[in-house]
Amino acid sequence: MTVQSPPATDQVATKNTTCYMCACRCGIRVHLKNGEVRYIEGNPEHPLNKGVICAKGASGIMKQYSPARLTQPLRRKAGSERGAGEFEAISWDEAFRTMEERLRKIRATDPKKFALFTGRDQMQALTGMFARQFGTPNYAAHGGFCSVNMAAGMIYTIGGSFWEFGGPDLDRARLFVMIGTAEDHHSNPLKIAISKFKRNGGRFISVNPVRTGYSAIADEWVPIRPGTDGALLLALTHEIINTGLYDRDFLARYTNSGYLINLDPASDQCGMPVRSGAPAKGDNPEHGHNQLWWDRHSGRAVVNHAPDADPALLGNYRLEDGTPVKPAFQLLLERVKEYTPEWAESITGIPAATIRRLAHEMGITARDQRIELPIAWTDSWGHEHETVTGNPVAFHAMRGLAAHSNGFHTVRSLAILMSLLGTIDRPGGFRHKAPFPRAIPPMAKPPKGPEAVQPDTPLAGLALGWPAGPDDLCVDADGGPVRIDKAFSWEYPLAVHGMMHNVITNAWRGDPYRIDTLMIFMANMAWNSTMNTVEVRKMLNDRDEQGEYKIPFLIVCDAFQSEMTAFADLVLPDTTYLERHDVMSMLDRPISEFDGPADSVRIPVVPPKGECKPFQEVLIELASRLKLPAFVTAAGARKYRDYPDFIVNFETEPGSGIGFLSGWRGRGGEKSMVGEPNPRQWEMYEKNNCVFHQRLPRSYQYMRNWNQGYHEWARRTRVRRYTDPIVIQIYSEVLQKFRMAAQGKGKAQRQPPAHLRERIDTYFDPLPFYYAPLEVQTTDTARYPLAAITQRPMAMYHSWDSQNAWLRQIHSHNLLFINEKTAKSQGIVDGDWIWVESMHGRVRCMCRTSEAVEPGTVWTWNAIGKAQGAWHLAPDADEARRGFLLNHVISEELQLADGARVSNSDPVTGQAGWYDVRVRISKAAADEPAETSPQFAPLPPAPGTNRVRRLWQAFVAGKGEFK
Amino acid sequence: MTQLALVIDLNVCVGCHACVTSCKEWNTSGAAGFMSDDNPYDRDPTGTFFNRVQTFEVGEYPDTQTVHFPKSCLHCEDPPCVPVCPTGASYKRPEDGIVLVDYDKCIGCKYCSWACPYGVREIDEHQKVMKKCTLCVDRIYDAKLPEAERKPACVLACPTNARLYGDIHDSESVVSKAIRENAGYALMPEWGTQPANHYLPRRKTEMRIHEDELDRAANPLKIDGRLPKPGVKDPSLDDVTSW
Amino acid sequence: MNPAFSVIFLTTLIGAGQGLFLALYVIEVRVATGLLAAPSAGYYWVGSAIALLLLAAGLLASFFHLGHPERAWRAAAKWRTSWLSREVLVLPAFMAAVAAYGWAHWQGMASATLVLGGAGVVLCLGLFLCTAMIYACIRFLQEWATPLTFVNFTLLGSASGVTLAAALAGYRGEAMVDVVGAWAIALTVAGLITRAAALWRNARLKPVSSLQTAIGIKHPRIVQKAQGFTGGSFNTREFFHGRGPGTLRNVKWVFLISAFVAPVALIAAGLAAQAPLPLVTAFAVQIFGLMAERWFFFAQANHPQNLYYQAVS
Repeated sequence: MTVQSPPATDQVATKNTTCYMCACRCGIRVHLKNGEVRYIEGNPEHPLNKGVICAKGASGIMKQYSPARLTQPLRRKAGSERGAGEFEAISWDEAFRTMEERLRKIRATDPKKFALFTGRDQMQALTGMFARQFGTPNYAAHGGFCSVNMAAGMIYTIGGSFWEFGGPDLDRARLFVMIGTAEDHHSNPLKIAISKFKRNGGRFISVNPVRTGYSAIADEWVPIRPGTDGALLLALTHEIINTGLYDRDFLARYTNSGYLINLDPASDQCGMPVRSGAPAKGDNPEHGHNQLWWDRHSGRAVVNHAPDADPALLGNYRLEDGTPVKPAFQLLLERVKEYTPEWAESITGIPAATIRRLAHEMGITARDQRIELPIAWTDSWGHEHETVTGNPVAFHAMRGLAAHSNGFHTVRSLAILMSLLGTIDRPGGFRHKAPFPRAIPPMAKPPKGPEAVQPDTPLAGLALGWPAGPDDLCVDADGGPVRIDKAFSWEYPLAVHGMMHNVITNAWRGDPYRIDTLMIFMANMAWNSTMNTVEVRKMLNDRDEQGEYKIPFLIVCDAFQSEMTAFADLVLPDTTYLERHDVMSMLDRPISEFDGPADSVRIPVVPPKGECKPFQEVLIELASRLKLPAFVTAAGARKYRDYPDFIVNFETEPGSGIGFLSGWRGRGGEKSMVGEPNPRQWEMYEKNNCVFHQRLPRSYQYMRNWNQGYHEWARRTRVRRYTDPIVIQIYSEVLQKFRMAAQGKGKAQRQPPAHLRERIDTYFDPLPFYYAPLEVQTTDTARYPLAAITQRPMAMYHSWDSQNAWLRQIHSHNLLFINEKTAKSQGIVDGDWIWVESMHGRVRCMCRTSEAVEPGTVWTWNAIGKAQGAWHLAPDADEARRGFLLNHVISEELQLADGARVSNSDPVTGQAGWYDVRVRISKAAADEPAETSPQFAPLPPAPGTNRVRRLWQAFVAGKGEFK
Repeated sequence: MTQLALVIDLNVCVGCHACVTSCKEWNTSGAAGFMSDDNPYDRDPTGTFFNRVQTFEVGEYPDTQTVHFPKSCLHCEDPPCVPVCPTGASYKRPEDGIVLVDYDKCIGCKYCSWACPYGVREIDEHQKVMKKCTLCVDRIYDAKLPEAERKPACVLACPTNARLYGDIHDSESVVSKAIRENAGYALMPEWGTQPANHYLPRRKTEMRIHEDELDRAANPLKIDGRLPKPGVKDPSLDDVTSW
Repeated sequence: MNPAFSVIFLTTLIGAGQGLFLALYVIEVRVATGLLAAPSAGYYWVGSAIALLLLAAGLLASFFHLGHPERAWRAAAKWRTSWLSREVLVLPAFMAAVAAYGWAHWQGMASATLVLGGAGVVLCLGLFLCTAMIYACIRFLQEWATPLTFVNFTLLGSASGVTLAAALAGYRGEAMVDVVGAWAIALTVAGLITRAAALWRNARLKPVSSLQTAIGIKHPRIVQKAQGFTGGSFNTREFFHGRGPGTLRNVKWVFLISAFVAPVALIAAGLAAQAPLPLVTAFAVQIFGLMAERWFFFAQANHPQNLYYQAVS
């Protein structure tokens, strides 16, 4: 092999942008040769990934040049069935005219008949704004079927959550506990951090039914039965309280543990913290901060944080007016009394002794390895601290905890355990990322009812928000849902990310109503992103008695030909991430670090293929044509030339100085966070590795729930409106308000309809509790004894990469992993074709036996199986024949014992219960075909997609063969 | 004499395959390219890779270890693949110990791959020559790259820094130290090939809890009256004993 | 290993060519020392031509093994270290010697044939050594790394060549056919004994490498769950024959019968009946049997790299 330098005639260039092979948002440097992508590497100067890149990021070339790319707007051929994938190319002009005409009519009559739902898009600030300006409440991104429990459970408790919102401070932690599958979120930064943590001698414990991914390198693997994490966390809490291993100072000062709860059953406020008659403190009208403590020094009730007072955390007291009260912590202690390790053993399968030891490890590490940093700061009550202290126990969890219908309380249990250990926004524990922490709950609220939806008018309220009580729900006079997905209704009151997984079923059934146009961006709702795939595909193609489609018009925007695009009436070809501008905005989910806010951008490095158009441009064009107020001048003229122009010049309100990007604001780019639009903002981002990162002073980097200096900074920079403390909700006032409404008590004007009272009363418990997931409750577990879950292969992101010639070689098909003993008991051996059957459906797949899976659990890699011909793969590709989709056995709805039909979701948040299904396995008959079942008719290639190099290809950048 | 090598730290490798595809994307358009793919969008997709990440299960439930195991050419100090090559296409560079294939001399007889116990050579089915890891020889000496980036693509990509790179003959190099201090080992030592690449084993951090650590002097339950100190006036031996 | 037909043809065909040549030369020496009745003059050069033809066919087959046959000449470069390179040198040299030997006989150059043939014998044995050592020198292919590989290549090649010599003698009605036929039987029986010895040895081999040494982890239970790719690779195509143990067992019996038992019976029958046809058939059956034997030789060799390529998921 000889080393040759490239011929001088080659045009080479290097451009910085941001990766989008998953949602991690690493900085990348893209090397081009004669206009073709030569090499994509991590940008060493990027704060997020510091130069590293993952398998997906390094395979971006094969995404860019995939033959599955859509290149023209397509219209379903007249007379062809949805799902058959028969299309004809049309012009953008025609596509826009079609959409404009249809949407104008809807907007002028009933805007909610237009629904916009998006996948893992990273542009929710814009898509949400479009929906709001259009006037429809029917908007959400994929969060409801992703990890909303993680967001809601944590944010309603500590004002922040994992991933974009915050994370484990592994730099200083000594003990790291990861619970459940978490490989797909914040992947490279977490890999970097775990590796450093281990090399620094930290101890890593993984609690997971399966040992793969990060769990592989854990010092200890604690196998657990799926959906029982809440039981484990409550038992840990039990043990930590009983052994006195909790951080009392932290609980007393920074949480509502000392708040006195009214226990007078006759009182209308029973179950609520008692407030002093004294005027509210602080500037936040939603939070009076005048709840009472029982001062253990003076032996009387005082307003919380009264000078020199120290709240009793335990005990039983009586106020002067005779009201019986107990500190919230006392109620927690009583709650977890029954949750002994022995009780948890029977549920989780983890030996009680192990649970005790884990609790002791956490508690002793937290107490005895205390960190003290010489950083002076002042708390919200004016107390000056000379140091920042921390307890080095860090946790991480994501969908493994979240994707159960008991996940909200599980996640709250985790947040409470973390608080008990005194690890919130402290070194070595959990750290927030700007704009978090936010108020509990955050200020944004959903529309209050049907009156928020008016013709030709923007929606009154944000489509998605954070209810602080029953009066913030989006329901009609009868308590019925206003949104198509029933989010923010009494069925799923805190569905803060919407419930995309029920949209198609609800719209098809007309419950609560029929819609006209469903626009889907980047979500494979006809395959791996939907539950009950077989039926949902039928619903998409179903017609009413008049012969009209039950969902009359379906627009799908995607860069690739997928199972979903096949069902569209109109397909809009999106660009790839290398072809467009994008912002990872502070208004959405920025890439902030522990030490301060950060946001970033994508800049096109290659021109769009064919007629591909970024979805943002589609929205801005549509918004301008429809004259949505924020996109046109008062005179109705188009305001923004294009998306880059919009990003630079848009302000949340005229003159607010707040826009999508927080860096280089002000006329000359001299300001950050707030400032006038800067016409050269894109350039400045481009020059700075496409990222803006502001490091806060050290004294603003910790204790941010209660850090006066930080709050002042946050208010100046408009990160927060108020400067009041964000008190950790060990005892959730918000949940209690809902419960009281269900009990016919409290101040809320709204109460749940009769049939939902018991549900609300049960699940809106202000303290965490454990219950078996709803699906498990409704399953005959003797018939279906095994939990079936998915894990995230690190070389694939959902269904995004089967069209990638390099990545699909790593995972061209998936098998079902079964514990060797479990398989044997069913007469199944490694490599057998088997049936996996739930009460909802069945799928045929291949078995791989394993010793790294809990015996009551079976699992497979997520979203490897594909429909024949989708993603421009050959109909007999491994993905369609040997691989399989577990979604076939998961349902989007459940029939409860009382016959009621509900979403297969968390009753608090509407989080999809992906990991709750119970199955049985059996060997396929010898005469059955050796391929997966069900099968679907193969999809033809969409017009305009590239010819596939069927036999072989060899990518060499710069030759112009792949452009 | 220099012997460049990789040291793979199994203690932190999470099996993400970053090294696999970063290698492919660098090398397919580089001096060692191309790296063809057969059936790229069909059944049984297969192609040329210089590096693979494999997964092994060690032990039985619940005491199971899942081990992710990246493997590329080990650049043996006594490489059995080199002397068997009839044309001299397969050679070991004296200056840095990298084992390379000269594509212009290779006749594609595959004999070198038979002579490698590790299965790290792959013939490119279309260029018809034997290919293998070059340690990114077209990167590591490229003076146009910043010094910090003159490393194999896989090393730069690895998110957990599980791939260390350096000269194992320099006792002070990061790789020599890692091998020395973390019990680095070679694969299949029984064949005496002396692989230059080494592997670092899993290292387990455990916590030992002494029983008395649970008996806390500053137990907060005491503050809240749960483990009360007896009051001064409570009965005591002082009340009843007189001798 | 996945048996490559190019290499199977190469080794079996040149083996037969080498054996035939050895038979011719030994006959000539025996005749010269008066121990054997002289064959007709044409016997030697016709035999040499057939040997040459077999060698050329083997050489031709070997080209199909190469990705770049046009560069085959380069393979002569590394004769100091590579047995393959040595083979590449010795095979044409031997062919030249055989050609010269046959030409000398054709020309009736009685004085030269013994010398040329002597040189040919040296090259012939060298070629057996080179061919065998290509396989035997790979230490970790334990089924091959034994002197039996050389012994078997030599004996089996010789046996098939001598059977051919006998068939040629029978066909031409030479008087010494009985003697040559007896040699063929003796060599075939000897080959059976040494090949059986190899089978016996290989059945009892304990692999030196294991998953434990392959990944450096000490535990009695290590199982691969993923080889890193699902659709196969060079490593799965080149080193695995993809047949079940049943196929292997069948092939073993096929070659034991067709390379050894049947030829001995056919030769004996041919000699007894004084008919050439059984002798010709004996050679045809034996060369087929040896091809099966060579297939088995490759298939039975378990490359330690296979430890790394066991499972997909």
